[in-house]
Parts: sequence; structure tokens; C-alpha cells
Amino acid sequence: MPRAQPRSLFARIEGLPIIIVFALMLALFMTMAPLVFLAPNIYMTFLSTLPPLMVLSIGLTFVIAAGEIDLSFPSIIAFSGFVFAVLFKQYGLGPLAAIVAVLSGSLVGWLNGLLIARVGIPSFIATLGTQFFWAGMATVLSGGRSYALRGVEESWTWRVIDGRLGGNDPLRWYTQVSMEAIWTAAIVLFLWFVLNRHRFGEHVLFLGDSNDVSRVVGIPVAREKIRLFTLMGTCGGVAAVMLTLENRNYFGDQGSGYLLTAIAAVLIGGTSILGGRATVVGTIFGALIMGMLEAGLVASGLTGAWVRTVQGLIFLVAIVFYLLADEPARRHALLGRFGLARGPGGRSPRSGPPVPTR
Amino acid sequence: MADIAVHPSGTRSGNARPPAPGTDGFVDIVRMEQVQKYFGAVHALRNIDLRIGRNEIVGLIGDNGAGKSTLIKTMTGVYAPSSGRIFVRDKPVDLANYSVAMAHDLSIETVYQDKSLGEKQPLWRNFFVGRQITNRFGFIDVKRQKAVARQILEDTIGFRGVGIGVDATVKNLSGGERQGIAIGRAMHFNADLIVLDEPTVALAVKEVRKVLDFVRLIKSSGRACVYIEHNLAHVHEVADRLVVLDRGAIVADIAPRDMTVPELTEYLIDLQKSQH
Ligand SMILES: Nc1ncnc2c1ncn2[C@@H]1O[C@H](COP(=O)(O)OP(=O)(O)O)[C@@H](O)[C@H]1O
Ligand SMILES: [Mg+2]
Repeated sequence: MPRAQPRSLFARIEGLPIIIVFALMLALFMTMAPLVFLAPNIYMTFLSTLPPLMVLSIGLTFVIAAGEIDLSFPSIIAFSGFVFAVLFKQYGLGPLAAIVAVLSGSLVGWLNGLLIARVGIPSFIATLGTQFFWAGMATVLSGGRSYALRGVEESWTWRVIDGRLGGNDPLRWYTQVSMEAIWTAAIVLFLWFVLNRHRFGEHVLFLGDSNDVSRVVGIPVAREKIRLFTLMGTCGGVAAVMLTLENRNYFGDQGSGYLLTAIAAVLIGGTSILGGRATVVGTIFGALIMGMLEAGLVASGLTGAWVRTVQGLIFLVAIVFYLLADEPARRHALLGRFGLARGPGGRSPRSGPPVPTR
Repeated sequence: MADIAVHPSGTRSGNARPPAPGTDGFVDIVRMEQVQKYFGAVHALRNIDLRIGRNEIVGLIGDNGAGKSTLIKTMTGVYAPSSGRIFVRDKPVDLANYSVAMAHDLSIETVYQDKSLGEKQPLWRNFFVGRQITNRFGFIDVKRQKAVARQILEDTIGFRGVGIGVDATVKNLSGGERQGIAIGRAMHFNADLIVLDEPTVALAVKEVRKVLDFVRLIKSSGRACVYIEHNLAHVHEVADRLVVLDRGAIVADIAPRDMTVPELTEYLIDLQKSQH
């Protein structure tokens, strides 16, 4: 029985299932709210509201690929955002404020990495703890105040990080492409190469596959985990600066909406919740779906209260879908329960010559 | 399914014993002298004196808990011995610094039963992980890795025409094929000694045949192999020498031609009885 595997379209095009879902959803919104979704404005808005979510989700893609989780990034959005606001507004540090803020995110991530890789605390617990700690820290240091960054549009910092490409001429849509979107595209592209082509990305995937195997093949497990969480923290810092500039304001719970949406973006994109397999392209479309849902549902006439409900539902459906697609044993168990299994007793995935699954 | 053919590649020195020093002038790839290993109060290895010739297949047998895994882990730098000396290519090893990484540098590779390959990763990544071909920024030369991986698959392991490509993921391979990949990887990276810890556990008969073919491949390519095996018939078939371990001590060193499999079985049963 030869096993030549003609690679299917789904195997060749990264993130194809989620791209199809995205296209269908877009078509749906275009029919239900044509005034909004057939004009360029909403897309220009997405380009300035989505980047923080995208950057967070890409960092989280690496974390989940390694079989770990990070729950602390909403607090990095708060903490690094605070660092940026204070240094920018009170100390007038300009672009240096942005750099220090990003580095403060890296530092928080690095500390997470130490707790997880050196002390040996499971990432779920460690980052749950640091989430409380850094969110608390941001509140204590800011005294609960928000910082309005009035007139920030005049600054060089804003123009480079968050400005509009062509001076914001409302008559020509392309002048309104935000700099954030361009930075984000560059970060995404770079991290795609890191995940798929760099030694570090390969190590991340093997870590997600098995820490034991990683050790045996000579991956410095602890060092790579520390790097991994530092990367996530850095992404959190970048997202914090973008968000604070975009809002022209810092407020303490500015990160609170991102926990579900970022995790959902990664998982509906097709990165395995079990680790070992990840797709940056999938995550991008996952984030687009999460962001578009909000605008789309409201424009289609549903109240804002529905948004979270629908996001949660899509998230759950996606997880179940991928889990069953990923794990033949579970799929057979589930189908078996409904009397739909093929052949008596199904077949164990381990015995005999394997069946090509793709 | 097509059977996996064995293509010995790059046969090096001759395979005759008694040993003659090879071109690089050593007789034994590994020699252990008076090695002791304690785990707390457990005396896991007692007075181990063992030599592995440069092109020898040594079968390591003994009851569960006899210390087989501990012996090879001590040999390959996973555990430090409590006392004793280890020589690689007749040169003493600095035991204070001995580690798995150092064993790799000394061309000693271990294939663990289930821990050698990343299940969800393609073969081309599995061949090179830990020693990727990269540019100076750490980006992998995918094209070259795939080309070399293809060559290992087809020439070293002999997977030609089996329909397994470098993009196949490990989880789609059978147990025997996995062992083949791990052994092929070790051979490609020029391991002079390949250690196998129970590679046939949980394999179907046909898969076991493949693994035994891989062991012969190790021999015919001029390398050495330490092969832990619970199935006496398997190890009797391929080993040049059988070393019997009992409660941490080497109690016999047998040439397979001097003892049939039933005699060997009886001997081991008697050994167990004498324990009680
Ligand atoms: N890491 C360890 N810590 C403590 N005791 C160990 C450890 N590894 C092995 N042992 C003990 O050493 C003895 C030999 O074990 P092992 O080498 O695994 O035997 P085998 O591989 O022959 O079945 C056993 O008594 C086992 O309990
Ligand atoms: Mg053992």
C-alpha cells in the first residue's frame, strides 16, 4: 500500500479553513449591513483598532504553540501603558517613553519566564498570579487615575507609531491607513518567519509537542521558555503603547477586554490548544473575525451585549471543531457515542499502517 | 506495503573481532571500569567492567530492574557514576563534566523508545532539530535541510518507494518506521555508538523485523550498538555478544553461537530462581 500523500489544498494553504470562515462572515455582514461594510471607512477604522489585538495574538500564538498559556498580558497592557503615559506626559520623554514601555513589557514577560522555567510553576498558575500583581501595581502607581494625552497628535512619536499614512485626508481613503497597521504588518511578517523558519520557532513547536523529546534532542528547554515569555511580554508592551496612543488616553483597565479575544483569535485560527502546531496566518484571520464581529453585529442591528455572547460561542465551536479534527481517537469516541463510528470498535490510531489524514 | 530495504551506506572499518585498532587508532568505543552507581541506598550498578568494541553489537539483557537502563544512562552522560572510570575511544572521560551534550560531541547517540521524535513535526524538522542548518541569524535553510533529509530517508534508511516523504509527520508513521527515523538520524550525524533502549516494545512482528534490520544496518556501516531488549530471540539474532545483568552486576558475557535461545531462556530463569 503506497502512501504517496498528495498534499491537499488545506495542507498547502496556511489557515485556509479560517480564511473561508472569514470570507463567509464578511459576505454575511455585507448583505446585512451594506451601508457600513461596502464602504472603505469601516476598514480604515479596523486598521487602527485591530493592531493591538493582532500583536497580542501573534505573541500568544507562540505561547500556545509551546503548550503553555499566558494570562498576564491584560495586566501588561495596563502596566506598560501606564509606564508610557507617565514617561510621555509627565517626563516628556517622547519616543524614549515608547521604548521604555515596550521594555517594561519584556521585563514582565521575562519574570514570567523565570517563574515558569526556573522555579517550575505551571504557566497557567504563574501568569494568573502575575496578572493580579502587575494589574495591581499599575493601579497603585497611577493612583487609579487616567492620563489624557491631549495634543499628542502633534508629537513626532504619535506620527511614527500611530499617525495616518498620508496626512489623514478624508477624501482619499488610503491617506488614512494608520501607521500602527504598517508596524503590525511588519511585526506579523517577521514573526511568521521566526515561527516557521527560525531555530527558535522550531524549538517552540517541539516544546509544545513534548518537553521530554525537546530535552533529548538537545533543546535548551528552560532558556527557550524564558525567551518565549519575554517575547509575549514584548508584544504586550507594543500593544500597550499602540492602544494608549490610539485612545489618546491611559486608563487602568484598558487591557481587560483582550483576554478572551486574543486567546480566541489564536485558537479559532487553528493553532492547537494542545501545542506543537501553530499558524500565524490563522491567528491573523482569527483576530480579524473577533474584531469584525463587534462592528458587524452592531451594524446588523444587534445590541452590543450580544457581541461577547457570539464571540464566546464561536470560540467554543472552533475549539471543539479543531479538537475533533486533531484527535482521531476523540473523534471516534464521540462518533461512537452517537453510533456513527466506522467499522466495529473503530480503529486505534496506533495499530497497523497509518492512514494518511491529510 | 513495500518492505524496507537495507542499504548499508558508507561502510567504514571491517567488522571483525578480535578488534584491531581502526584508522583513528582505538579499539573500544566505550569502556567502563569498576563503575558503581547508587541512587540513595539503592546500589543500582555494581563493579561494572564493560567494553564495547568499535563495530560490535552488544545485547544487554536481564530482568526488570536489573539496571540495564541505568547502565546505558551512565554510559551516555545522563547520570554521573558514583565511582569508577569511563573511557571513550580508549581515552578517559572527565566525569565531572560528562553530559548528554558531551556524549553527542563524542559521537554517542541514544534512541529512546518513545522520546526521540516530535510527534506532530515533519520528518525534515525531526532530523535536524537541535543542530539545524542555519544562517548566522539563526534562520533555517529549509531547502538544504529537506534535501539532506530526503537523502537520509532514501539512502541511509532505505525508505525509497515507501511513500514517506520529508514532509510526513511522525504521528503518521508506524512504530518500526519511527525507530528507523531515529536510528537513521543518529547514523547521519555520524554516531559511532548508537544505544537503543528496548526499541521493539509494543511493536507488531513486522515492525520488529524492520528494527532488527536497522540494527544490522548499524553493524554493516561500521558502527557499534548497545541494544537493550527484553525479547531474547530478537537480541540473540542480531547481537555479537550478550551481556547479562543481574541486580546491578554483570553476571555473564555470552557469544550467541555458544547458546541457543531456549538455553539462554533457561539460564535466565535459573538466575531469577537463585534470587529467592
Ligand atoms: N532515577 C532513579 N532514582 C532512583 N532509583 C532508580 C532510578 N533509576 C533507576 N533506579 C533503580 O535502579 C534499579 C535499576 O533500574 P533500571 O536501570 O531502570 O532497570 P532496567 O532498565 O534493567 O529495568 C531499580 O531498582 C530502580 O528502581
Ligand atoms: Mg529499563
